[in-house]
Amino acid sequence: MNGNNIATVYLKELKDSLRDRRTLLSTIIIPTLVMPLLFFAFGSVMYKMDRQARAETPTVMILGGEDSPKTVAVLRQDARVRIVPTTADWKQRISDKKIRAAVEIPAGFDAGLAQGGAPAVTVYNYSGESRSRLGVEQAERILRELRESTVEARLGERGVPVALTRPFEIRRTNVAPPEKVGGNLIGGLIPYIIIMLCFTGAMYPAMDLTAGEKERGTMETLLCSPVARVDIVLGKFLMVLTASIATMVLSLVSMSATVVLGGSYFSAKVAVTRAGAAAAAAQTSSVIPVIDPLGVIGVFAMILPVAVFFAAVLFTVSLFAKSYKEAQSYVAPLILVVLLPAMIGMAPGIELNAKLALVPILNLSLVCKEMLSGVWHWHYIALIFGSTCVYAGAALALAVRMFNREDVIFRT
Amino acid sequence: MIEARNLTKTFRDKKRGEIRAADDISFRVASGQIYGLLGANGAGKTTTLRLFATLLKPTSGSANVAGYDVTREPEKVRAHVGFLAASTALYGRLTAREMITYFGKLNGLAAAAIKARIQQLADELDMHEFLDRRCDKFSTGMKQKTSIARTLVHDPEVMIFDEPTLGLDVMTARVIVKFVRDCKARGKTVIYSTHVMSEVDKLCDVVGIIHDGRLLAEGTLPELRARFGESDMEEIFVRAVGGEVVT
Repeated sequence: MNGNNIATVYLKELKDSLRDRRTLLSTIIIPTLVMPLLFFAFGSVMYKMDRQARAETPTVMILGGEDSPKTVAVLRQDARVRIVPTTADWKQRISDKKIRAAVEIPAGFDAGLAQGGAPAVTVYNYSGESRSRLGVEQAERILRELRESTVEARLGERGVPVALTRPFEIRRTNVAPPEKVGGNLIGGLIPYIIIMLCFTGAMYPAMDLTAGEKERGTMETLLCSPVARVDIVLGKFLMVLTASIATMVLSLVSMSATVVLGGSYFSAKVAVTRAGAAAAAAQTSSVIPVIDPLGVIGVFAMILPVAVFFAAVLFTVSLFAKSYKEAQSYVAPLILVVLLPAMIGMAPGIELNAKLALVPILNLSLVCKEMLSGVWHWHYIALIFGSTCVYAGAALALAVRMFNREDVIFRT
Repeated sequence: MIEARNLTKTFRDKKRGEIRAADDISFRVASGQIYGLLGANGAGKTTTLRLFATLLKPTSGSANVAGYDVTREPEKVRAHVGFLAASTALYGRLTAREMITYFGKLNGLAAAAIKARIQQLADELDMHEFLDRRCDKFSTGMKQKTSIARTLVHDPEVMIFDEPTLGLDVMTARVIVKFVRDCKARGKTVIYSTHVMSEVDKLCDVVGIIHDGRLLAEGTLPELRARFGESDMEEIFVRAVGGEVVT
């Protein structure tokens, strides 16, 4: 093993990869730009739709109610709905989304109400349509308020306190510290995202530096040099590892920047339309769940041996392929193999134990979830770090062995 | 100097079983000599040359290249060998200068020495005009010149050419042929494989005819002509491999 040679190979691969559009796209551009773009595109569409739906007062039609002027007046005076003139084709109009809902007041409703018993009011909606739902909600809210005020008025007439109808209240109070809430909410998601990024970041350089080089005929040229095979493997492997870590770091930085900047941007916009700076502040803090910052550092430390493991495995698998295309068909199923344990780790209810601590990827997913919520099980952390290092070392040794095999390097 | 002693290489193939790509090959090439390895496609030329370049390890037998044993000191052998084949390509995303520099570094040369060497090679091969352009935009001729410069950067004493003119047009092939002659003039040991009979006529001091992994005939051109009673290289080849090959 010769450090100078490893550095020479590594630096050349780095320069070469930085000039490769495919690698550049997959390791730098996509992880940096996709998240913010997705967030803003999705966010602004949602925001626009939400504002439109809220700005528009739902149109409601009243059916009947000619002999119940009091109830009709309540509906008419409320600003939360806009009453439109009654037509015969009301059902068709709801279906056509011309109006949002219709309220049917039966004959003699006001009179019945005064006597203490009245038939039901029917609200017609178009189920599954979100704007119809908003219209119905408003109409029902107005009617419910009317019902409650009627109850209160009757109780008042009879001298009964209002509290009689509501003997006790139910309150809910959270005892979990904020970082525990954040850890549980997104603690499962973050390791999953990191594992995926770590893998996809290593994918393209691994294929390009092995199968791609065989396909282009430069592998044989490289093998003619007096450099020991192990130096070539290590130089190339370090490049794959660099790409993997770069992808991960770039996308995480871009993701957190997006959440922080985008979160405050949208909540500011919401605040302007809704008014109230306090509401905006509450919005922002709920958008960004609090995570233990030490946990983030811990996650990065734990992911390093996994990145080595991924880089070595991808290197070995793609080395076996004759062409870039063949390498892709070997690597694609591997994504699922990685995805599955990472996803299981995201599921609620699965907790770390000594056996699971030895399952690669899944153990990382689980321990990261704990660390992000501020829980540090040192013996598990040591076990997972140690076992992952062993796996990574074995994978790297395998990569060197495969590189020394003629039937792999000259496979045609 | 190259010396092969009972060099044998076998491969395993699922369908065909064991293949003897090089079968008990022994010959010697002296310094300043061009040895032509003549054979049809699949005769074992590439395998034999890859054994000399230590890209493959011999199954049995041994070879000494530039004073080093291919099995025991493969890295030393590669440091004294320049290997040029139709299959040794250039890194398309590097410039010609970067390509040559990379191989200079891999051969353990210092930066200043590489710089001087590139200047010298670019003068000799007339490469200055495209030295700082990327290899993927090169014409075949430019690629060949860059490849030649790559094999020469460490000034090896043994040159191995595996069908270097394969797929090249006449003008580019001439550049190669001229370059092989230059190597001989500088006292290098040259081994040259081809299936083009006319190249053997033009270049080689000693010719070895290889077929099915075995070296069937060997000698200088006059010797072979006398032995087979033919003056045409193609006729000599056909006789050496045992009559018309029906494929």
